[in-house]
This record gives sequence, structure tokens and C-alpha cells, in this order.
Amino acid sequence: MSLEVKLNIPRRDFDVNVSLEVTPGQVTAVFGPSGCGKTSLMRAIAGLENTANGDVKMAGEIWQDADFFRPPHQRDVGYVFQDASLFPHLDVYNNLQFGLKRQVSDKRRVSLEQAIDLLALSPLLKRRIDKLSGGEKQRVAIARAVATSPSVLLFDEPLAAVDIPHKQEILRYIQSLHQELDIPMLYVSHAIEEVARLSDNLVLLDKGQQLASGETVDLLSQLNLPFARYEEAAAVVDSEVAGHEQDYGLSLLRFAGGHIRVTRSELALGSRVRVRILARDVSLTLSHPEDSSILNIFPAVVESMVADGTALRLVRLNAGGQIILSRVTAKSADKLGLVPGKYIYAQVKAVSPLV
Amino acid sequence: MSLHSDLMALWITVKLAAITTLILLLIGTPLAWWLARSQWRFKFLIETVIALPLVLPPTVLGFYLLIMLGPNGPIGGLSESMGGRPLAFTFSGLVIGSVFYSLPFVVQPLQNVFTAIGDNVMEQAATLRAGPLDRFFNVMLPIARPGFLTAAVLGFAHTIGEFGVVLMIGGNIPGETRVVSIAIYDHVESLEYTRAHLLSAGLLLLSFLMLMAVYGLNRRFSVLRS
Repeated sequence: MSLEVKLNIPRRDFDVNVSLEVTPGQVTAVFGPSGCGKTSLMRAIAGLENTANGDVKMAGEIWQDADFFRPPHQRDVGYVFQDASLFPHLDVYNNLQFGLKRQVSDKRRVSLEQAIDLLALSPLLKRRIDKLSGGEKQRVAIARAVATSPSVLLFDEPLAAVDIPHKQEILRYIQSLHQELDIPMLYVSHAIEEVARLSDNLVLLDKGQQLASGETVDLLSQLNLPFARYEEAAAVVDSEVAGHEQDYGLSLLRFAGGHIRVTRSELALGSRVRVRILARDVSLTLSHPEDSSILNIFPAVVESMVADGTALRLVRLNAGGQIILSRVTAKSADKLGLVPGKYIYAQVKAVSPLV
Repeated sequence: MSLHSDLMALWITVKLAAITTLILLLIGTPLAWWLARSQWRFKFLIETVIALPLVLPPTVLGFYLLIMLGPNGPIGGLSESMGGRPLAFTFSGLVIGSVFYSLPFVVQPLQNVFTAIGDNVMEQAATLRAGPLDRFFNVMLPIARPGFLTAAVLGFAHTIGEFGVVLMIGGNIPGETRVVSIAIYDHVESLEYTRAHLLSAGLLLLSFLMLMAVYGLNRRFSVLRS
């Protein structure tokens, strides 16, 4: 049931060359700046770019190769566009029905009720499209795609037209789809928080070329990739809720390098939580500080270090197998004598759980 | 000239406008679709030709049509060689003339609405398993309904109002090519003001009602305004 893609898409400015595989139960993110060819790639997979060359295979079924091109309406995709693109002449309910009706009945695995529940649409069913907010439109568009029981879900910057407070909400819905349905997902975005939060695997695209691909957790902490140059360079840590400190409203998360305390008390015991630790929130000391207000301190080894401008250094740390990034000044790096192999303590000022 | 001949003229006018509108919708829809979607470099030439009747004096258009439709013209000659009559001064000739004359009034609103709708909803429909015809009839047509309404009423109303072209190629044959606008002209020429009044007021009312229907209905169906 995996999607295999190997495509060359000619464009006026440059060609897009991508080869990737999306496996069931996995979210693969395609990340890159605007205009790098992300949308072209998604359109080509859906069959909307007839200039694309190469192979697209879904669960062994050929969608496209050198001498075959299956038109878009015969490809089993659920495509969520940037701007919802709902049908203005139909109400919410009939928008949801549109694709479902056209899917052959023995391929229907997701029911309409399930799609409506997953995106909490029951109060909106009779609503006209022009009476929906941006976030609601996008929820309808997602449910409409899901209701066709697609073999793969394609999200093309689904949050681009959604206001900030509703972004979190929609991300949560997409996460729950990921947990409830066994549909592989391809998620295109230029927002690193969305990618960090949702994806298991990551393809990094720049000017049509695939710069890197691999596990998200891995790629985000590579110092030689552009992510490290971002102001919000961060490591992503997968953890499990190990306990609570009710009196203080804290949850205790266990990860490879120890425990992290987060200021969230409602996380269910045993659930898996991904957290993001920004490099600028991690400071370094040589000894374990006993009189610090910072709760999250763990021992780590310096793995490598790169200059980030003249005044800053980005340090890659290994805390019991878990990679964490830290951004310190060049002066501090010299003062602490940071070199690969050096044992230090990482103090983490802020942790954001991605739930 | 009796009241009967005025009613006859009214009937011919309405019949002419209805047939012309029907033909224009059939030709105009694919043409407007092509104009809205084509990337062809010289598309503007076609657009120019279609828009010509908007600026051309009707007598000029009528003159060329007369030559084309007459026994020595290409269309009239063809019709004659197939055993028919030359088309000038016949009802069929009037229909052909009206189709050219009212073409921009049908094609332009359709082209505008097809352009405004854009590729997005159609592509979205394709990813929702709708094939090309399914997309056209179940997505494009319903969304474009205000455009079709505008196109049909403008085409109809404009055909009713034509005078110059009819005079040039249709003449004034009662019961065949004599339309209301010509009848009004005749009444005024022969100083029958009462009957000219009657027909003029009738046309005025008809045009007003039709345009009112367009604006009223388009407000109700304004699905594109979201």
C-alpha cells in the first residue's frame, strides 16, 4: 500500500526532480521555500501536470510510467488544496458527498459519518460555503478528501489560508486522521513547525532538487542542512508521558536522554508526545547547576559544532542517543572549551509539546 | 396593415430571437470555453472578430452578409446549389445574420464567467473522481449559471432590438422577415403613431422585464460572490 514516486517535472525556471516513497501509516513531509516545486510535485502525483515524466506507482498499481498516464479522476488520491476550493453551488453536506458518491463501493473504507466525526463537521452540514470561515472551509475540504477513502492523502499547504488560532486546531485534526486511519499522507509546507509536528519522514526540496530525505527527527538536527541556519532551528524529541507532578501542573516525559518536565498536566499517561526544543532555548554549563530555576537539565556530549555567523555557534549534542541543538555565542563556546567529545550539561529553558 | 400583421411581426421577432439565442448558446459555450482556457498566442484575433459587431455599424455588417447570403455569395450560392433558395430575404438568412450580430453578447459573458471560475474547482472535481463530462455538467455549468442567464437574456434582447442588419438582409416581407423594429419604423413613416406607440411600448416593457429578471435572478444565484 505504499506510494512510489520518481518524477521529472519540467518548469519554465527549472526542472523538479524528486524520488520518494510514502508508506502506510506514515506522514512524509515535503519541505522547501515557496516556489521550490512542492506544489508541482503534488499536482503531478495527482495527475494534474501532464508534462511530468517518470513513474508513479500506488500499491503496485501503475499510475504513470513512460507510456501510460492515468487521468486524475482515476487516481485514488485525496487532494487538499491550499485554498479549500469547495464547490460554491453545493452546501457542506453535498460537498462531502461529491467524491464519496463517485468512489466505487468496494473501495469505500471510510464512511461519511466517520469523515464528519473526525473533523467535527456535524453542526455545519447544512451551511452554505460562503458562510464558512477559512478554518471551517479547510476542515470541509479535508473531510471531503478523506470521505473518498483515498489510497494516499495529499496536503498542499492546507494551512496557508487559515488564520493563526485555527492553524493549531487543524493540525490537531490532521494528527488525529493520522492516528485513526491507515492512509499514507504526503504533506507539503514551507512552515517548519508544521513539518516538525506532523511528519515521520521528510524530503527537503530546493529549486526543484531533492537536497535530503530521511527521518524528520534526524534531518532537523543536521548541521549541514539549511534547517540549522533558521532562527528557529530546533531539535525534535519523541517521548512518552511517564508521570505527572499534579501539585505543580507538570507532566514528566521520558526520552532517550532522560526526562523532560513540561508545563502541561492534561497529557495522558503512556501517550506518545513529540516535543520541539529550540536551539536558542538550550544553554550549556560544564557542571550540573544545583541552584538554577531551570528544571530540564541533562548531561550530553558535544558531537559537532558549526559557526552561525561570526558571533554564534550551533552545537549538536548527544544526550543518551537523542540529538539536541544548542545555539551559544562564539565567546561562550571558547570559554567553555567546547570541542567534539566534550561532556557538558544542557539546560533547556523552554519545551513545546507538539500536541 | 392590420393588427394581425403587427402580431405576426411580434411572433417573427420572438421566434427569431429564440432560435438565435439557442444557436448562440450551442456555439457560444464551447467557443467561450476555448477562449477562457486556450493559451494560443493569436487568441486575441478571434476575440477581435467576435467583438466586431459591438462597434461596427449594423448596415456594414448587413451589407457584407447580404453579399455572402445572396445568390452569388458563397453561402447563398451553396444553399442554392443544394436545391434551396438564396438566403437573402428569408427567415433563415435573418437567423444567420442575427447569430453574427449577437455573438459577442453571448460569448463575452460566458467567457467572463468561465475565466472567473478558474481551473481550481475543476481540478478539485477531477481529484474527487469526476471525469471530464461529469465535471463540466455537474460543476462548471451550475457554477456558471448566472453567466448563462446573462448571456441568454442579452442575446435574446439584442436580437429583438436589431434593425439595421434586418433591413439590409431581410427586407420587409410580412409574415417572413418583417420584425417588430421594422414594423415600428413603417408605422412612423406612414404616420400611424398610435400603432407605433403600441409596439414600442410593448418592446420597452419586454426588454425591461427581461433585464429585471436577469438582475433579480443573478442576485439570488450569486454563488460566485463568496
